Amino acid sequence: MTGTSLRTYLLTRLALVVPMVFILLTLVFLLMRVAPGNPIQAALGGHVPPAQVKIIEHRLGFDKPLYTQYGDYLWGIVRGNFGTSISDNRPITQIITQNGAATLELTFFAMIVAIVVGVSVGLLAGRFRDTGLDVFGRMFGILIYAMPVFFLGLMAQLVFGVWLGWLPISDQASPINQALLPAHTNIMFIDAIWARNWAALWDVTKHLILPALTLGLVTAGVFIRLVRINVIRTLRDDYIEAARARGIDERKVVYTHAFKNALVPVITIVGLNFAVLLGGAVLTEETFNWPGIGHELVLYVQNRDYAAVQGIIIVFALVVVFVSMLVDFLNAYVDPRIRY
Amino acid sequence: MAATASRPVPPRGRARLIAVGRATKPIREARGTARGMLWAGAALTLFFVVLAAFASFISPYGFNEYKSNGVRFAQLAHPSSAHWMGTTVLSNDVMARVVYGAQTELKVVALALVMSIAIGVPLGLLSGFFGGPLDRALVLINDVLLAFPYLLLAIVVAFLLSNSSIGAGILTAAIAITAAYVPVYFRVVRNHVVSLREEAYVDAARALGAKPWTIIRKYVFFNVVQNVPPIATLNAADAVLLLAALGFLGYGIQPTQGAEWGYDISRAVSDASSGIWWTGLFPGLAIVLLVTGLSLVGESLNETLNPVLRRRHFGRIEFPELGEERSDD
Repeated sequence: MTGTSLRTYLLTRLALVVPMVFILLTLVFLLMRVAPGNPIQAALGGHVPPAQVKIIEHRLGFDKPLYTQYGDYLWGIVRGNFGTSISDNRPITQIITQNGAATLELTFFAMIVAIVVGVSVGLLAGRFRDTGLDVFGRMFGILIYAMPVFFLGLMAQLVFGVWLGWLPISDQASPINQALLPAHTNIMFIDAIWARNWAALWDVTKHLILPALTLGLVTAGVFIRLVRINVIRTLRDDYIEAARARGIDERKVVYTHAFKNALVPVITIVGLNFAVLLGGAVLTEETFNWPGIGHELVLYVQNRDYAAVQGIIIVFALVVVFVSMLVDFLNAYVDPRIRY
Repeated sequence: MAATASRPVPPRGRARLIAVGRATKPIREARGTARGMLWAGAALTLFFVVLAAFASFISPYGFNEYKSNGVRFAQLAHPSSAHWMGTTVLSNDVMARVVYGAQTELKVVALALVMSIAIGVPLGLLSGFFGGPLDRALVLINDVLLAFPYLLLAIVVAFLLSNSSIGAGILTAAIAITAAYVPVYFRVVRNHVVSLREEAYVDAARALGAKPWTIIRKYVFFNVVQNVPPIATLNAADAVLLLAALGFLGYGIQPTQGAEWGYDISRAVSDASSGIWWTGLFPGLAIVLLVTGLSLVGESLNETLNPVLRRRHFGRIEFPELGEERSDD
């Protein structure tokens, strides 16, 4: 019975993703097409002879009627073709595999930092509500939340990079490693392990520390806040009262009975904040000159490259939808109440 | 002034006064940490409001000024008595840019909040109250927008608008931020309205033959609108960060139109490798302080207005010492 209901839940959830993705794609298409100005002219700097613009328009299908363009666009995405950038004629899929790997590396390690810091500080602040520890935890949460990622990054660069000279302040690796490390996955951390090049691994790790810590700490601010509230709420639940009434040691009540349940929503929190993390990644990449997707997006926006911006935005959106679906599945697996 | 105060308050105005009193009661009742946070936050926010309002008196130079009395300022000069916070690579005074930045920041954020509340709240009210296919469609679109990283949404809107006749500037930045926050208000208001629609008093009003418009105006609106202040202050804090992020990426205010902290920090990143700290530190601190102020207000409002988190304070009862005369009354 439970097996089937879990499967039913998964199927229903999957079915819901389809209209969501469809609406998303339509919104992006409409936004990009309704926007004023000629995208080709904008991308090429406005000094291109009209005949040449016509050729490019024809190549990109911009001269077809809108509904044909829409059909082509959707069909392209179904086949995994997200388009090609106008300014440097680069397929979006190539941007995803090359620069996406760098973004994945950064966000993965940042998420680990965020979970470790956010959950531990949040749990303690909620457990010891209104004590000095709570005030400290909340102040830390508020301050870190108030800190723009790029400002924290800048300060980290100044202190650990320039004054102390401990860590590099930009790029994903030293030029020599960037050039010589064979690219299997494009995730340099894994590539270095793959090549058993420990010097390169150390180099990559050193480059990773400041960006990952910066992005992770900023994300942790949100986690602290939510975990704290969750703990406070859980500690008020009837079953906690019941456990206390049964004479169970208060520490055991808190650490085993309450914390475990307070942490179930953390999965949701992590999932919900994935979008925030991606936004933060764009800024972190820009601060540390990290060659990720966000860095590319900023470049293409500056070049007014509609096709590239559209493609990258779609990829971001699909990733977010996919992650939120994953989170729901995980939740359904962990918490039977969700499956109905 | 005294004459108006002594005159009896007309009943309509009085009812409004009572309503205001009731609405602010939880704030007045706030005690302990929440109260401290509220006041600290309000003080910080007020500081920046004063900075913005009197920028031209407080700031020693204009935000775009690079010389005074015909003498060009030094580039990237250390903080000194002439330039308390140093100068930038363009010889602008950092302090002037920080002070005028407060003006830009508050202007954009206020504009963005007004626009997102003006769009999000009525849309949520109507959608939640009337339901139907329109409601379902709006909710679906809203969910999609909410799932999307809002920084990216703002970037896309700013990108599209900067190609149009509006160009880059305060209005573009405000619209970009609005696009990111309308879904928040819509969702909160709409969900609250849906739950209110089934309340007994709304049913009763309906049974008495009240028109939908009357029900919305008299019964639903004031219940729903209580959610807005905590969200709006927290959003204001968020909006400052969002504006700074847009500025950092170069899509916000253009440097000649006004000083913007995020933009200044983006310039400071290239100074950092040579150990120059003042061009980035001061605008950054300004962001941190303003956002902290706004979120302290928002958090404590939330803590006092939200019944789930609210802790009522019962005054400690103190007995006078026995056998001692009280002198004060």
